Amino acid sequence: MKRAHRWLQALLFSLLVVLAGSLLPGTYYVTLLNLIGIHIIIVLGLNLLMGYAGQISLGHAAFFGLGAYASGILTATYKVEPVLALAAGLLLSAGVAILVGIPALKLKGYYLAMATLGFGIIVAIALQQLDWLTGGPSGFMGIPPFSLFGWQFQSPTAGFFLVWAMVGFLLFLSLNIVDSRLGRALRAIHDSETAALAMGVDAQRLKLLIFVVSALYASLAGSLLAHTTNFIAPSSFGFMFSIKLVTMVVVGGMASIWGSFLGAAVLTVLPELLAVFHDLEVVIFGLILMVVMIFLPRGLVRGLLDLWEYRQRKKQGR
Amino acid sequence: MEKLAEFLQYIFSGLTNGAIYGLIGLGFSIIFHATAIINFAQGEFVMLGALVVIGFYAWGLSLPVALGLAVILVTVLGLVFERLAIRPARDATPISLIIITVGGGVLLKGLAMVFWGKDAYTLPPFSGQAPFVVAGATILPQSLWIMGLTLLLVVGLEGFLRGTILGKALRAASYNPVAARLVGIRVSQMVQFSFGLSAAFGAAAGALIAPITMGVYDMGTMLGLKGFCAAVIGGLGSSSGVVLGGVLLGIAEALASGLISSGYRDAVAFLILLLVLFFRPQGLIGRGPERTS
Amino acid sequence: MALLSLQAVGISFGGLQAVKQVSFQIQPNQIKALIGPNGAGKTTLFNLITGMLTPDHGVITFLDQPIQGLQPFQIAARGISRTFQIVQLFGHMTVLENVMVGRHLRSRAGLVAAALRLPWTRREEADIRSRSLEWLQFVGLADRAAEYAANLPLGHQRLLEIARALATEPKLLLLDEPAAGLDIAETEGLKDFIFAIRERGITVLLVEHDMSLTMEVAEEIVVLDHGELLAEGTPRDIQRHPDVIAAYLGRDWEK
Repeated sequence: MKRAHRWLQALLFSLLVVLAGSLLPGTYYVTLLNLIGIHIIIVLGLNLLMGYAGQISLGHAAFFGLGAYASGILTATYKVEPVLALAAGLLLSAGVAILVGIPALKLKGYYLAMATLGFGIIVAIALQQLDWLTGGPSGFMGIPPFSLFGWQFQSPTAGFFLVWAMVGFLLFLSLNIVDSRLGRALRAIHDSETAALAMGVDAQRLKLLIFVVSALYASLAGSLLAHTTNFIAPSSFGFMFSIKLVTMVVVGGMASIWGSFLGAAVLTVLPELLAVFHDLEVVIFGLILMVVMIFLPRGLVRGLLDLWEYRQRKKQGR
Repeated sequence: MEKLAEFLQYIFSGLTNGAIYGLIGLGFSIIFHATAIINFAQGEFVMLGALVVIGFYAWGLSLPVALGLAVILVTVLGLVFERLAIRPARDATPISLIIITVGGGVLLKGLAMVFWGKDAYTLPPFSGQAPFVVAGATILPQSLWIMGLTLLLVVGLEGFLRGTILGKALRAASYNPVAARLVGIRVSQMVQFSFGLSAAFGAAAGALIAPITMGVYDMGTMLGLKGFCAAVIGGLGSSSGVVLGGVLLGIAEALASGLISSGYRDAVAFLILLLVLFFRPQGLIGRGPERTS
Repeated sequence: MALLSLQAVGISFGGLQAVKQVSFQIQPNQIKALIGPNGAGKTTLFNLITGMLTPDHGVITFLDQPIQGLQPFQIAARGISRTFQIVQLFGHMTVLENVMVGRHLRSRAGLVAAALRLPWTRREEADIRSRSLEWLQFVGLADRAAEYAANLPLGHQRLLEIARALATEPKLLLLDEPAAGLDIAETEGLKDFIFAIRERGITVLLVEHDMSLTMEVAEEIVVLDHGELLAEGTPRDIQRHPDVIAAYLGRDWEK
């Protein structure tokens, strides 16, 4: 029964994607949806790290940037095949993740957050400073579209299908991981690392593994960004974006795969909606961040449900 | 002799910036010590201190009065911030609190941009422009103000924390909130007070550095993060440690910037942060509250 | 050949000698108890055996291999499992999932295999699930398999912890004050469990304050006081041992 259920969900998802891709009017919406999809990919990975394994990363934009620049630079400047460039980005991000992760994941709570924060900023500065390679603060342009076996994903719609196919694939992987021996071990570490260790779980190795996995997700998303927007700048990969990513995870609901979709969508669309307020956009964004975190700390869905339950109980005079 | 002059120059520049980082770091430390919260809006208190004092001075108030009023205003803002943003989220997870304070910082920065625009504003130095010359290196009078006032503030803080009833109550509330409540200390008030005190220190730092770096709506972000690095490097639990961390940071920055490359200047703070976290997380001096959430 | 052997094991914390020159052995299939007043070093000894602490000196041998200094998860892999004095369940997971974590050591699905959901991992999952249910049935919690572990009453939580530890298929099971907080009926049930565990070929070492349970279940008792081994012997010997009576048992046993 469960298998049929899964196949149905997969079919529905694919159908929605195909419909959206074919019917949406104009490139603006397609571009927006591409961005949402790219953010979903990062958030899926980050959720595995934060929601399931219970670790904090305030520097994940760095991996996003590493993937983007690896793909961008290798394909534009050195004419490397996009797939190879993507793989190079993955390798780079994995390497950096291992280097930083081994010492950092020995830290707990705030100290881990601080270490990832520091690391993230260092990468952002490096991307800015290595201007002979990255184009510096003004960005890097002329990135060719993604191509596979000669077929180029040139139009926004082609990019759309590429991005959302990846979303589907990574969703499949993530759901499987969560439901597996590893997923249980991660959740165990989150609830009681001591007991998990006593039951034979190599917590340090697993934490590092999932940190690397989440870095790979972000790197892949970065490569997709480079090929679909053809232009990248260091400012997109800094501290504020790392915070935005973390907020997407929390707003969507930690340890909720579908929550990743919600959180990414909401926080990607929000700045677009707020753009009408011009100068006040930043003010309102900050205000919304604060208000949502104060009153709906368990995420939008659970938060609203909690609020609704609370109201019901008050009405019944309890 | 030239080498000595050059070296001294770095030291002076490092001490100046380091004092500022130390002051900002103290702000982080005060709040973290009392509440185990990292206040990512701290940098914006610095920025507001700078811009508000510039504003008051531009209205015609004398410098000392403008300074005093600016610090008071930002302190009140810190108290209000705690009351509206932190207290309702008292029991939130660390990650939620991080996002709340970052949101608060973004909000303040946005308001500053709306109110003051993106221009940079100047503030005259407290006692004149002419730099002193010491062994071939120059040092601005403002730098002396910065170092002197920082020392005064740090000594004052220690004296306050150890010598006065209020200071002891603040420390008691941070070591053991339950016991503190039992002896009649209003812990929630202490938490609010720590935010106010932090804001005051931040504002002072902003006002002190404004004559040198000018006041801009986005000056707070990097300053805040570097002050935070100073606090962790020195050790979040110890005032002298934080200031020492700041000074170390300032000097390291100046040396790296002058001798290696100025572009990576900002990265120095975070590199040292990582080194400290990996090899000595309690900080160079800190006995640090053992908060591992 | 002893299953577990401690030789002159000692550890101190900042000047305080928590465990001093402790030596004893546990034979296979034994039920041995570790008793002593509060602060005697019993839990510290458990933590030393399971790798949460490394002794300053001495040797801990399990199945003829030295294990002091190994990491807890390595020691678990060698066949020592434990429960905790303060229950450490995975609160956000279901009762069944808690026990399934116990099967972690005896399964192998890695990241790639799990992510791709290869057919053999599905078979392994089904196996993990059925074996975990068996252990739940053994402790009588099978009907609560789908509930969240945090929602169970304390007595059931302790049983769940035992089921989880058993799922690792240990050769030696360490029980840290399993009867704490249990009522008389539950303690009686616990006694039967300990015997049933031994029936399955698992050696048991327990720390307990409940003297009636200890005396009835243990074949041999080790008495600790202030970190030192005070006495070792059968329950009868211990009851009569003047030092033990003086240090600890006294009025409590005469009840």
